[in-house]
Amino acid sequence: MKHTLVALMEDHPGVLNRVSSLFRRRGFNIESMSVGHTETPGISRMTIVVDSSDTSVEQVTKQLYRLIEVLKVSDVTADPNVARELVMIKVHAPSSRRAELSSLADVFEAKIVDVAHDSLMLELSANPDKVENFIELVRPFGIREMVRTGRVAMVRGSNSHAAEAYVKTA
Amino acid sequence: MSETRSGAQIMCEALIREGVEVMFGYPGGAIMPFYHALPEYPELRHVLVRHEQAAGHAAEGYARASGKVGVCVATSGPGATNLVTAIADAMMDSVPMVAITGQVAAQFIGKDAFQETDVTGITQPITKHNYLVTNIEDIAYVLKEAFHIARTGRPGPVLVDIAKNAMVARTTPRWPDKVNLAGYKPNYEGNRRQIREAIRLIGEAKKPLILAGRGIQLAGAFAELRELAERTGIPVITTLLGIGAFPENHPLALGMPGMHGWVHNNRAIQECDLLLNLGSRFDDRVTGKTSTFAPHAKIVHVDIDPSEIGKNIRVDVPIVGDVQNVLRAILEELPARDAAEWVRHIHAIRDQHLQRQQYTRPDTDMFMPHDVFAAFTRILNERGAYRVCTDVGQHQMWAAQLIDWLRPHTHITSGGLGTMGFALPAAMGAQIAQPNETVWAVAGDGGIQMNIQELATIRQEGLPIKIAIINNGYLGMVRQWQELFHERRYSATPMWSPDFVKVAEAYGIPGICVTHQSQVEDAFNTAYATDGPVLLEFQVEREVNVYPMVAPGASISEMITESPMAVV
Repeated sequence: MKHTLVALMEDHPGVLNRVSSLFRRRGFNIESMSVGHTETPGISRMTIVVDSSDTSVEQVTKQLYRLIEVLKVSDVTADPNVARELVMIKVHAPSSRRAELSSLADVFEAKIVDVAHDSLMLELSANPDKVENFIELVRPFGIREMVRTGRVAMVRGSNSHAAEAYVKTA
Repeated sequence: MSETRSGAQIMCEALIREGVEVMFGYPGGAIMPFYHALPEYPELRHVLVRHEQAAGHAAEGYARASGKVGVCVATSGPGATNLVTAIADAMMDSVPMVAITGQVAAQFIGKDAFQETDVTGITQPITKHNYLVTNIEDIAYVLKEAFHIARTGRPGPVLVDIAKNAMVARTTPRWPDKVNLAGYKPNYEGNRRQIREAIRLIGEAKKPLILAGRGIQLAGAFAELRELAERTGIPVITTLLGIGAFPENHPLALGMPGMHGWVHNNRAIQECDLLLNLGSRFDDRVTGKTSTFAPHAKIVHVDIDPSEIGKNIRVDVPIVGDVQNVLRAILEELPARDAAEWVRHIHAIRDQHLQRQQYTRPDTDMFMPHDVFAAFTRILNERGAYRVCTDVGQHQMWAAQLIDWLRPHTHITSGGLGTMGFALPAAMGAQIAQPNETVWAVAGDGGIQMNIQELATIRQEGLPIKIAIINNGYLGMVRQWQELFHERRYSATPMWSPDFVKVAEAYGIPGICVTHQSQVEDAFNTAYATDGPVLLEFQVEREVNVYPMVAPGASISEMITESPMAVV
């Protein structure tokens, strides 16, 4: 089963390296990891997807907490949450197939963000299952290039993982 | 207060503020500003080692013998990389240590400058935390944080890499009065509900057993452990790093478990219905094959590091906290009980295997390593006030098995990392921490040569360390494995050594070579009668094995219990 972890950490140089080095050293298998700023300066937020069939989610969480700069780790899998992933696909698109691709994009609410002689660039931001589905349907057209961001997630409702709580008071 | 200081002066003053009295180090280009400032602070003793690895182990020896934070200092590049083994050693054994390294000036970082190494990158997985400081304004705070992290929670090594430009800059120092670490809040109090559950299990168990580890030593929970054992009659097994946590002459003391533990201990673990792990991390040398470990036991695991709980062994009652606090909370409500029948059962197993486990002199002229340890333990008990630093290998196991360990922090060894070359430099640190005690460095012929250059440090500092080399002309433990598991193919284990007595003499240290058991007692007595350092070399029987033994990867139910005299 795939678990989604949300981790808040101090935005220091090297902290991403500490996390990835920890995963490597402990032999944790990570499906995806994405990191960026939060609403609070100085605090980064990482979304980590772990497959619990081969890696202990509890150990991932506990080992993350051993890092001094890691402030909070939550497994949000069981919480109602919104998970999103962004994919950009450059797909083979001779004029004969553009209409078909375009209607497929419409169904998925994907955007055509670049048009070239014989290719289109599609962009989709959606929940990871939908992204997966979209890729499979686009694949027969001939994917030339693809990039995915990995999952980001936020729990619904007013309970939050706001980084503000961890601002240094000194 | 408005007087300015150099970064190097701030480093020195920060160390003094942290209560540092001694550091072990080696100067070089990038750390030179620090060494330039050092003579201005005579309260900071600096011990010049002969190799940076020894600085790290000496800092560990100091920390392990005193409970204070050990400090080592090296320059950038090779100086820093030479510290790596000792840092890893401190990490594995939870030793509070601060390693300070010089770094090339900030504008050269990343340019492959002379003696530049990414030491924070290198030491990331082997430090509790590390820092690269390039700005003088950060020095005072970072050092405060470093010492705080090193000594609190589960102790460990912290490395502070300071760029040369920050050391030579000047500023008006601002001394922080507290640290502010939002992500670092060790939990010292155990969960009340889990503690109550542990109390309930202690009350119900028929065959309860205590496994005491290094956590007891780090928390100083000796009285609490003893009270727990005495109030309940539960016998106590001590791990290699738990040695000394419970006096081995106590009727409830059982000694060491695991790969070279006693048969009755491993049997007791396999039979017990409640295992109270107090501050041990279920190392594989203790558990053997984890799937067969303690199959009938409910397991209570007390550890200050939550990540240790459930890492190697399933746990029924996890208690995250300082083991002293947890034991106090348990003792507040714990009713007395007894486990006399269970203890008698374990003692019966012990008696049954005594012959095989404990050495009795054969009627031969063979000079057994056991002869040395039998005499050694007698003499240690007679003379008292000792610390014994052991190296790694056969002698380490014999020392753990055969010496009567009675007091905390008297046994100092490299457990988790198993670092050959540890004993001699660790003894330097231990001697400085405990100047009024007799500090022994015990090593094999292999390990002693890994840091033998430290004889010069010992001589220069006038440290009265007594050194015992158990020389069997082999890398003995590896040879033993080759004998038992690798078809007796003694690949790269026979070892020529120099005349250790002459080596010692070259360093201005008297040496005695012992080749017969009749000379052992005299040699020890001479060592004690000699002021200052002495080196004893014991040329023992070459092919003797450490028993009992659990084969690597095997269950602790399967012990090889050959008599130590099987070679006869």
